[in-house]
Amino acid sequence: MAVTLTVNGARHTSPAAPATPLLYVLRNDLNLNAAKYGCGFGQCGACTVLIGGVATRSCITPAGKVGNQAITTLEGLGSTGSPHALQQAFIDEQAAQCGYCVAGAMMTAKALLDKTPKPNESQIRGALTGNLCRCGTHNRIVRAVQRASGQEVTA
Amino acid sequence: MNARDPFNVSRRRFFKKSGALAVAFSLAPSLIEAQPAARPALPGSLNNFRKLDSWLSINPDGTLTIFSGKVELGQGITTALTQIVADELDIDMLRIKVVSGDTARVPDEGVTAGSLSIQQSGAALQAASAEARALLLAAAAQKLGAPVASLIVLDGTITAAAGAASGAKTTYWEMAGSVPLAREATPNVKTKTPAELKLVGKNVPRRDIPAKVTGGEAYVQDMRLPGMVFGRVVRPPSLTAKLLSVDEAAVRRLPGVVAVVRDGNFLAVAATREEQAIAARYALSQNAKWDVPAALPPKGAALYAHMKTQRSTDTIVGRKDNPQAAASATRTLKAEYTRPFQSHGSIGPSCAVAQWKDDKLTVWTHSQSVFQLRGDMVKVLKMPEANINCIHKEGAGCYGHNGADDVALDAALVARATKGRPVKLQWMREDEFGWEPYGSAMVMDLTGGLDATGRIVDWTHELWSHTHSTRPYDPDGSNLLAGWHLANPSLMGPAKNIPQPNGGSDRNAVPYYVFAQTKTINHLLMDMPLRVSALRTLGAYANLFAAESFMDEMAELAGVDPVDFRLRHLTDPRARAVLEKVAADANWKTGDKHRGVSFSRYKNNSCYVAAIADIEVDRASGVVSVPRIALSVDAGMIVSPDGIVNQIEGGAIQSTSWTLREQIGYDNRQILTKSWADYSILTYAEVPKVKVSLVNMPNERSLGVGEGSQGPTVAAIANAFARATGKRLRDLPFTPDKVKAVLA
Repeated sequence: MAVTLTVNGARHTSPAAPATPLLYVLRNDLNLNAAKYGCGFGQCGACTVLIGGVATRSCITPAGKVGNQAITTLEGLGSTGSPHALQQAFIDEQAAQCGYCVAGAMMTAKALLDKTPKPNESQIRGALTGNLCRCGTHNRIVRAVQRASGQEVTA
Repeated sequence: MNARDPFNVSRRRFFKKSGALAVAFSLAPSLIEAQPAARPALPGSLNNFRKLDSWLSINPDGTLTIFSGKVELGQGITTALTQIVADELDIDMLRIKVVSGDTARVPDEGVTAGSLSIQQSGAALQAASAEARALLLAAAAQKLGAPVASLIVLDGTITAAAGAASGAKTTYWEMAGSVPLAREATPNVKTKTPAELKLVGKNVPRRDIPAKVTGGEAYVQDMRLPGMVFGRVVRPPSLTAKLLSVDEAAVRRLPGVVAVVRDGNFLAVAATREEQAIAARYALSQNAKWDVPAALPPKGAALYAHMKTQRSTDTIVGRKDNPQAAASATRTLKAEYTRPFQSHGSIGPSCAVAQWKDDKLTVWTHSQSVFQLRGDMVKVLKMPEANINCIHKEGAGCYGHNGADDVALDAALVARATKGRPVKLQWMREDEFGWEPYGSAMVMDLTGGLDATGRIVDWTHELWSHTHSTRPYDPDGSNLLAGWHLANPSLMGPAKNIPQPNGGSDRNAVPYYVFAQTKTINHLLMDMPLRVSALRTLGAYANLFAAESFMDEMAELAGVDPVDFRLRHLTDPRARAVLEKVAADANWKTGDKHRGVSFSRYKNNSCYVAAIADIEVDRASGVVSVPRIALSVDAGMIVSPDGIVNQIEGGAIQSTSWTLREQIGYDNRQILTKSWADYSILTYAEVPKVKVSLVNMPNERSLGVGEGSQGPTVAAIANAFARATGKRLRDLPFTPDKVKAVLA
């Protein structure tokens, strides 16, 4: 049994059983750090990645169900040397405390901005509602998303 | 004694409930702070680790390494420490490497908690850096043949700027070999004046954020070691449950399983793949049979009545007698306030990596106190301290004592069975909700007397609470969870309270206001039916909910504006200033409905915070929302303005969530809160907007802020509700059912 996936533009084959949650394939077979285990039930959003452009909870998505759809993780956006605009906005707004939820929130934000390039504040908050943050960094993260979209920061 | 009773019953006889109240002794906060009298005091933790090379290493490669016992918890401490060091030494922050929380390499600065890192580690590093700079300049002066006064330093390059040697240069990195730092620090070293500081007081980007927003290796959860396997634990259904039977053999046969560990009531698995470990854990949990006694207390109002009847150590922790003034009271008030068990609710369940090599153990951990963790591991594993190395790696925000230390022991126990292969063990979400030590439920009874002029002349704050401190390395026991469950257990010691002036259960229970007569009584409950320990602010959140609500109740009785009423009872000018500032910032008006005010000085000795919260109450649904909170903060000399704002804002949002939503669910046998579906916290659409204004006091000592805003926030919300509705909520959290009941 094996699973073949397209992650951040490259094809990978994992020895995982098809029922394995995508999260563990990304973290342990592909050595990708961004998607995090938070709850295992799709309740907190720390594991969020894009599958076919849709923000998806990788902890409850069987790897074998993804098929040929493109998977994008936070690593696929940019790097510390060459950050994506969204990543740069998070650095500029210093939009993290512990940061454990941030990768998931950023992928939710990426999906939002891909669909709605200039979301208003309430659209941003609404999109992020399924991503839990415990440090109380919500408003900074909203500001980072506003900044990434080239809009005035109001949060 | 056996593994069924982790609470060391033999000690209970020492703590029989006493009818008499004892006045607490003011003990030194810890042995670490007690020093032989002959040695001069040095700043912060330098007083305990007095050699300069305990703190700094100047490296020939043009870098400088700092060693700190304080660890990054997402609060930005490592960045703040590099600001301090870079300023004193005149070097670029990018040259600084930070080694923090490694039992083999750094000073033991105790726990990273209590908003003390700047005061302890920052002060030590500042003084050590200033002295290192002076030593380097003295050596450079000799080498260059130039007087020290003629030397200038730019990013570690020392240049003679005047005199015969003008233009001659050397660097710290060249001089490092000739300036041994293995020497005791000197008292009263001159540090820079506020005007000379270039980085302290400014916003600098946090060093940990780039990796966190690009998927870099940032957390212990991200560690991968060669040959590493994955561990999971199966915890008992409750603290007092006992394992009757389990079919280990069936689980050993599952795919990828490399170890099944059973030791007393401790059960765990390891497998080559993470999903296999999770499957094995599930299988083990399904075939384990437990005896689960009905040992948990009642809930809700019954819990609080029950707490008042429990075995306790009763202490008057603060007292000011003035019977004559107290007798002048013309009106009195009494009220009871309550707070349930609440969770830290870390987004990332606790995790650790452990590896045995021969008889040596290395553990990578997000513990707040690696030395104390090691101390308890020595007790449980019964091995020499020198054979255990605990190394800090960040985890998710912890907000106090969560499962971080416990999972480190879990990983070590499992790794003992994997024949040298390292084990990464992460708790499942239900392990974290079920087993992390909660913030204790509390009951606070307030009574007050008002004289004819509208001044409080008598004030009593009486509280009942379990302990807020069961961190590792209690001298009388062991506080690591798995240790309690082993066949040969290491049991916990009796409940203890952190003494005043900081206080534990009674933190911020002693009034900071000036009242003629006061009495503060702490009933420390000696038994712990639900596991409890330090949740951010310890008792201060609940005590300030009670005391600052009661201030508004007294103000209303006096018919005085609550800001004015507080000012009337505050003499400390810094306290008055933050209160006046927030009132001005938020445009407070006496008749304002739908908003409430509150003030505290955290621990009565740390930062000053005042808050004004705006509130909306939907009477039909009972939903309370807090659209805005304004806070003003005086934390002495500001090291990192944005760091303070981030901590104060985060604390206010977390406190709003505690206040409106949060409580642990349980029945008479076990914890029912297992997932986020059972423990609601505020979301992006629900959190308040927070405006923080800072009062910089460049000539005052820097004060921690991580726990400054939670107390003022809860009380400002409670007071806003009362002003908005004319009804007062005294039972946390302010859920729709309670709101509807009080408004009915």
